[in-house]
Amino acid sequence: MTDTTITFGNSPKPLMFKVRNILTRNGTLSAFFLLILVNLAITPNFLEIQTLYVNLTQVATIAIVAIGMTLVIASGGIDLSVGALMALAGTVAPLIMLSDFGMSNPSIGLMVAIPVALLAASAGGLFNGVLVSRYNIQPIIATLVLFISGRGIAQVLTNGELQSFDIPAFEFLGTGRLLGIPFQAVITVVLALVCAWTLRRSIFGRYLLAVGGNEKAAQLAGVPVKKVKLVTYTVCGLLAGIAGLITTAINAASDANQTGQLMELDAIAAAVVGGALLTGGKAPVIGAVLGAAIIQLMGYTLLANGVHDAVAMVAKAFIIIVAVYLQQMRGGSK
Amino acid sequence: MINHDLSPAAAIAGQAALQGAVSDQEAVLCMRGIHKSFGGIAALTDAELIIQPGEVHAIIGQNGAGKSTLIKVLNGAYKHDAGEIFFMGEKVSYGSPHEAQCAGISTIFQEVNLIGYRSITENICLGHEPKRFGMVDWKRAHSHARSTLRRFGLDLDVRKPLNEFNIATQQLVAIARAVALDARIVIMDEPTSSLDDHETSVLFGVIRELKASGVAILYVSHHLDELFEICDEITVMRDGRTVDRKHISQMTKLDMVAGMLGRSIDDVEAGGTTGFSAKSTPIGEVMLAVEGLGGASPVKNVSFKVHKAEVLGLAGLLGAGRSEVARAIFGLDRDQKQGQVFIDGCEVEFERPTDAINAQLGFCSEDRKQDGIIPQLSVRENLTLALLPRLARRGLIPEAEEREIVARYMDRLGIKASSMEQPISQLSGGNQQKVLLARWMATNPKLLILDEPTRGIDVGAKREIQLLIRELADNGLAVLMISSEFEELVEGADRVIVIQEGKSVDELSGENLRVNAIIKSVSHISHAKQ
Amino acid sequence: MNSPSSTRTNLFQLLSRCSAHLRSEGVWIALVLMIMFGGLRYDSFLTEYNIMTFLSYNSMFILIALGMTFVIMSGGIDLSVGSVVALSSVVVAAVSPYGIEVALPVGVLVGVATGAINAFVITRLKVVPFIATLAMMLGARGMALVISDNQSVPVSWDSNFTHFGLGKAFDYLPWPVVTTLIVFIGCWVLLEKFPFGRHLLSIGGSEESSRLMGLQVERTLWGVYVLSGALAGLAGVMLASGFGAGQPLEGMGWELSAIASVVVGGTLLTGGLGSISATLAGAILLGLIFNILNFENGSGTITFSAYWQSVIRGGFLLVVVIIQAKIINKARAR
Repeated sequence: MTDTTITFGNSPKPLMFKVRNILTRNGTLSAFFLLILVNLAITPNFLEIQTLYVNLTQVATIAIVAIGMTLVIASGGIDLSVGALMALAGTVAPLIMLSDFGMSNPSIGLMVAIPVALLAASAGGLFNGVLVSRYNIQPIIATLVLFISGRGIAQVLTNGELQSFDIPAFEFLGTGRLLGIPFQAVITVVLALVCAWTLRRSIFGRYLLAVGGNEKAAQLAGVPVKKVKLVTYTVCGLLAGIAGLITTAINAASDANQTGQLMELDAIAAAVVGGALLTGGKAPVIGAVLGAAIIQLMGYTLLANGVHDAVAMVAKAFIIIVAVYLQQMRGGSK
Repeated sequence: MINHDLSPAAAIAGQAALQGAVSDQEAVLCMRGIHKSFGGIAALTDAELIIQPGEVHAIIGQNGAGKSTLIKVLNGAYKHDAGEIFFMGEKVSYGSPHEAQCAGISTIFQEVNLIGYRSITENICLGHEPKRFGMVDWKRAHSHARSTLRRFGLDLDVRKPLNEFNIATQQLVAIARAVALDARIVIMDEPTSSLDDHETSVLFGVIRELKASGVAILYVSHHLDELFEICDEITVMRDGRTVDRKHISQMTKLDMVAGMLGRSIDDVEAGGTTGFSAKSTPIGEVMLAVEGLGGASPVKNVSFKVHKAEVLGLAGLLGAGRSEVARAIFGLDRDQKQGQVFIDGCEVEFERPTDAINAQLGFCSEDRKQDGIIPQLSVRENLTLALLPRLARRGLIPEAEEREIVARYMDRLGIKASSMEQPISQLSGGNQQKVLLARWMATNPKLLILDEPTRGIDVGAKREIQLLIRELADNGLAVLMISSEFEELVEGADRVIVIQEGKSVDELSGENLRVNAIIKSVSHISHAKQ
Repeated sequence: MNSPSSTRTNLFQLLSRCSAHLRSEGVWIALVLMIMFGGLRYDSFLTEYNIMTFLSYNSMFILIALGMTFVIMSGGIDLSVGSVVALSSVVVAAVSPYGIEVALPVGVLVGVATGAINAFVITRLKVVPFIATLAMMLGARGMALVISDNQSVPVSWDSNFTHFGLGKAFDYLPWPVVTTLIVFIGCWVLLEKFPFGRHLLSIGGSEESSRLMGLQVERTLWGVYVLSGALAGLAGVMLASGFGAGQPLEGMGWELSAIASVVVGGTLLTGGLGSISATLAGAILLGLIFNILNFENGSGTITFSAYWQSVIRGGFLLVVVIIQAKIINKARAR
């Protein structure tokens, strides 16, 4: 073994050093600050509160799905079906709310619609979990099944048609504000904190990292590997469901063809930029939120400065490669 | 000795002047003043290796002494920072294993490094397939593979995928591959670690044949005894330096151990080479009883008892089913159907490791890297993994209590780590093994199953672990220990059960518990069938 | 005592041999059953017209599935092929006035270039294939949209360009089918008869071992990704010439259908084992589902909305992977 132990301590400027240290060790955070600095310099009206709102509104769904994706990646897997599950949840809720029962009892309809939609998405996640843990199917293939047919189910349910609605209570999910902050941003922060805390403090969190780090060893040490994977994929499905509801609420309409389209890519990108190891064993949930913020902010920067919107895709590709490359370098120097 | 305060360049110059003697002129390989460091930490300092044609040359040293690094410098996997390599009189430096292989330096690594899904022919010919018009000439390839294997007395269906053959055959195929490449030097890194005694003797036959045809063999092994059987010349390494080079006839096992540890011979004699302390505690009541265990291939019919405060050894050749017995007891490989297992007199049937852990069993598997450590996690997180269900309250882990437990065990076992937060992958093999032992000790088990607890661990840590096992048993723990080192069993176990082709055939204890007796018992099938 | 155990081993060997065959040959059996079903049920199913239309439409999918087979056998994955098809189609549409003699090499070169970038990122920057090609998926799509300015690019009907997509060789076989047939034979020979093919299988079996055995892993991987890119580029030429336009938004999710074809064909997703011809069968099988669905709708007894297609494909994939997993798990349990 050749361990490099980095020595600190002899720095004459401890505070500066500490800040620098945090930034060099945390590339994601420094990239985020750099992006903000660049925006301050070049983007017109960047400091306006409206800019913040726009970005917060748009980043929430990516961030929520990215949290779930981070958990799945930490378990050593991947979930390609999150976009399809978003579409499923986003379709199911309006179906219930717009049904005869839902229209005649709006409040009960809402109370039923949201749990059932989330249940549907969680069931999708559970289904992925069963394929992965019980049948030992590689996650990319197991979740490919719902990637292909999950959206199809949503499309079949609505016959591919747009369902628009006017239910303020539901739209609050996407357009409401809590203490002046977009409601979905609040949801995102709460979810991120809950997940981060659970990972750090709970036995489930430790088990998740153990399973992702070395599944065989975890099993031998008595970790209920299958159960851990089931829970992880289910949670990922649930989070995708929440994101699907928010998207539907923002649009005041559900579109099975479009909701969550390509979301799996954004979520994987956010998780990876946030520092998740694709080999598993590491679950930087807050990093994933930050990764989502970086991706969102970069898209915004290009858009606000009049760059062709497709260039943002190329830039995103570039960021992903740089992030993983840097991760690789740091891992390689150990 | 070399003055280590010299600058590397000066050391090389001095070395060259010193060693440019006539005797080394004919050497097939001459490595001098090799330096190699990783991230500022020196792995090799002024290492030297000189091999004559047709010689079996062993490198010995503790883990971390630089053996593997030296080999990897030689075969091009690593680039050395300073020093010179002369191969057949020419100064060389290889950029990749491929280059070295083309030049005539083949390496056979510790684990069989072939491609299981591919046929034997492909594994032997890969990278230098006989070609016609740029396409693979399969006919010639197959006959080439067959004729190469016949040299070793192997007659196999070379079209079959390699993974349909057992490990020993695979190992021999790996060697056949090296030979087929017309190598001038064959590097063997722990070639016998997965072979039983019979297979080892086949391997030695092959080595002798290679030697007779003028091929030099660089041999790395932890098993010092086998060196006397096969080697000519020994190079001893310690802390990245070459500390000694002698003909085998001028060395004793004690010399070797002393050289590796850097101690005087008297020191070593006082401690014994591997010796445990005497077995003093009287043996207690039965903790584990296994009766007629069978079903999971190759286990057919195994019965034995482990008492409290006893170390029971399981001996057998590779493939006899030693590890499978352990795994079956612990609730792995669930197709286990025949036989009964009793813990503390009650019959049990574990479906999962969790059940076994709940019944206060612990199991350190033979493959530390694959089945033991979780590399990304810290020492702390690795150590408490099996304890978590008992430690956690309402699903949450009490941090202070966890730290306190970890600190206690790190102190008790002398685990060397920069802190309990250091990733376990950065620890040495011996310290990793101690963490895994602590993982089970922390669960306060009644029975501990240890499968090859000291495999691949350097001599110092090995002894510490052996002493720890004895201490645990003396304190009342029942231990089931599997080891392919019979000496370890003789010195460490109170009794030894011999397993042969999946059946328990013999029990050795007291006066009868000797290495010779175990060897006799594990290998003679006729003896068992009476 | 010896005889029962040896019979048992023989039985095991027989079983394992059977299951090995089942893995690659099951797909052929399913294909034959499906064709029989279609032939018996619909009058015009086995007509020359249907067969030729079916094959020429599916040629693109078969091409990228063949490239994907190589990638997966080498232990990697190529998520970029769908986007590369789009990029290539846009570029060749722009050069279509110069005729197919120019457009074909240009299209293939576009694919080669993207494949080379993938290979560079994977072998030099050591980024895992999943992420590297995911980034290229975004990058190539972005490039296609930038070049085409979000519009489909009409091709020239004055040159012989569209003849490649719509014309027939010897007035009988559609050019896409001829091309695909040639590529298929080329791929088979490359895999079975050339060292390159054996090396990529070995690398998929164990990259580390292959490296230690002196194989030039990087060089082989370059070949694999460039080949996959080139075939995607070729598929892009077919797309543009067959549909008369370069289509920057086409090809979404094609990479996953290609993966599905490869997996249905029995190639191990972990690499090292697989068959080119089984991929062909897998691709045709998945295509047939759509074809049969069309016939079923045409026959008028039941009407499935087009959205059922993806649900059924997903279901089909599910059945195949579960069967595969059961066989593999059984083999592993032994």
